[in-house]
Amino acid sequence: MAEPVITSPHAESKRPFLTEQRRSRITAYTFISPFFILFSIFGLYPIFFTFYLSFFKWDALNPMKFVGFKNYDLVTSDPTFWISFTNTLIMGLMGTVPQVMLALLLAVLLHSGMTKFKKTFRILYFMPNITSIVAVTLVFSTLFGNNGMINWMLNGLGLDSVAFNSGWWGVKIAISTMVMWRWTGYNAILFLSGLQSIPMDLYEAARIDGANRRQQLFSITLPLLKPFIIFVSLQSTIGALQLFTEPYVFLGQAGTGSTRQEGITMVTYLYSEAFRNGFFGTAAATAVMLFLVTILFSILNMLISRGAVGDTGGKKA
Amino acid sequence: MSTLRIFRKKPDDLGFFGKLGFYLFLIIGALISVFPFYWMFVVGTNDKGAVFHVPPLLTVGDQFFHNFKRVLEKADFFQALGNSLFVSSAVTLSVVFFCTLAGYAFAKYEFPLKNGLFIFVIATLIVPQQLGVLPTYVIMAKLHWIDSYKALIVPAMVNAFGIFWMRQYISTAVPTELIEAGRIDGGGHFRIFWKIAVPVITPAMATLGILNFMTVWNDFFWPLVVLKNKEHYTIQLALQQLFTTRDGLDYGMIMSATFTATLPLLIVFLLFSRWVIAGLTSGAIKS
Repeated sequence: MAEPVITSPHAESKRPFLTEQRRSRITAYTFISPFFILFSIFGLYPIFFTFYLSFFKWDALNPMKFVGFKNYDLVTSDPTFWISFTNTLIMGLMGTVPQVMLALLLAVLLHSGMTKFKKTFRILYFMPNITSIVAVTLVFSTLFGNNGMINWMLNGLGLDSVAFNSGWWGVKIAISTMVMWRWTGYNAILFLSGLQSIPMDLYEAARIDGANRRQQLFSITLPLLKPFIIFVSLQSTIGALQLFTEPYVFLGQAGTGSTRQEGITMVTYLYSEAFRNGFFGTAAATAVMLFLVTILFSILNMLISRGAVGDTGGKKA
Repeated sequence: MSTLRIFRKKPDDLGFFGKLGFYLFLIIGALISVFPFYWMFVVGTNDKGAVFHVPPLLTVGDQFFHNFKRVLEKADFFQALGNSLFVSSAVTLSVVFFCTLAGYAFAKYEFPLKNGLFIFVIATLIVPQQLGVLPTYVIMAKLHWIDSYKALIVPAMVNAFGIFWMRQYISTAVPTELIEAGRIDGGGHFRIFWKIAVPVITPAMATLGILNFMTVWNDFFWPLVVLKNKEHYTIQLALQQLFTTRDGLDYGMIMSATFTATLPLLIVFLLFSRWVIAGLTSGAIKS
């Protein structure tokens, strides 16, 4: 396909400079240029500038002052940063792992041939995802209130109330629940579209060979679903590391701010360093560390999901 | 799935109890998905104390307008709704236009570095937004765009996902012969794009539009960073603000606002859900 698709050879001799080929190339570059221009200004340049900025002391007003690695020292010696780091990891694990497993289960159930109302279920399961996180958080803050429905149900089961809006674990449970509610159905639909791409005759062949449902699940469905599982868990991991709105809104009530220790996350820490305290240098260092953590966990996630699903599906074409 | 193994005679038949459990699980899942929407409405239509009612109140009341009146006292609700509508529409129109153009170029033109540039577009999807937030904020300050909608609209005017998604669709849906025929008839490049390609790919453009509209409408972080004046708040900031009131949380008021703000998107989604879900699943696996 090296030949240009859109070329009319007649024009070439008439116009020595602006040939049809050149003209169509120029058109193509013009058509794609908005992305590259905007991304250079608002994507690429800021990324490099963040790395640069992380070595300076700056309040976004006065001149920048080079400080070397001091910002990184400041951040890593701040206990609040480490609290935000552990919070992010704990809530990430609590919100992501059960969510992906539940989504997988839902998708498998929805996929098994005899499900009626499949379309209706798909729409209902997707609905949480269209709501704004702010709305979700407001709703769940009533459900998780001290006298809210969840505590009422716990009491009904003979359990004690949990301080979901102030306890160390309570806050984390509440926030992870919001994340799960919003994303489980979304991921189930991604898995479902993966399941639908698996050819049915594979199952038929397995059935003829006498494989039961369990064997079919573990030796056909899961291995072939592997790319989807990797994609979904990768996306969820990255999303979990960027958790911000839920804790910010959930803990932001009554003007107390959002940096309360039970729920502060790395992005909340970054936000408050930069836009509350005016420490752009340490905020930039936090952004860089968040980026490194994201890369680290993405790699880790790839290794784990590869191992967990097994290598049977990894046949090269 | 262990219960399913009891019914082993025909491998596909779950039997009555299997089916029952199966549907029960799916229905409970669906109820959990939908319940918060209903709860939003219940609290929004009942009086102040409804949230703390024991046992929880589950019936719709008649206090909606009463509650909503207090929303209008606390916040410029409709102004915020209008702001969100304006910003989201502007971004969406621009994203659909530029991504379709770029997707078309990547699908139907040959030019040097094409594959390299396309891989670059895909690679940008991986970079987290937060990494560039501070310098972007500084750029906005230098341009005097802080507290203006330009800060929300301009950086979002075209995106990598849209280009990827339009390219996929265009390369299969638009026949190259048709474009060549248009060229032979002497049509200009943009004219051919507009008259031949666009009519064929409107479903894909619509899907991209809806997905993008929802994303922008629901964004919270970036508006929070760049918008200062309450008059300029988008609906998400306005909602969050209602939650920050000092004098005790008036949940009836908050939920009547939340419900009103959620309703338009919910209706649009239910009308176009088939497209939205199709768009989501076809763009899902890019790696």
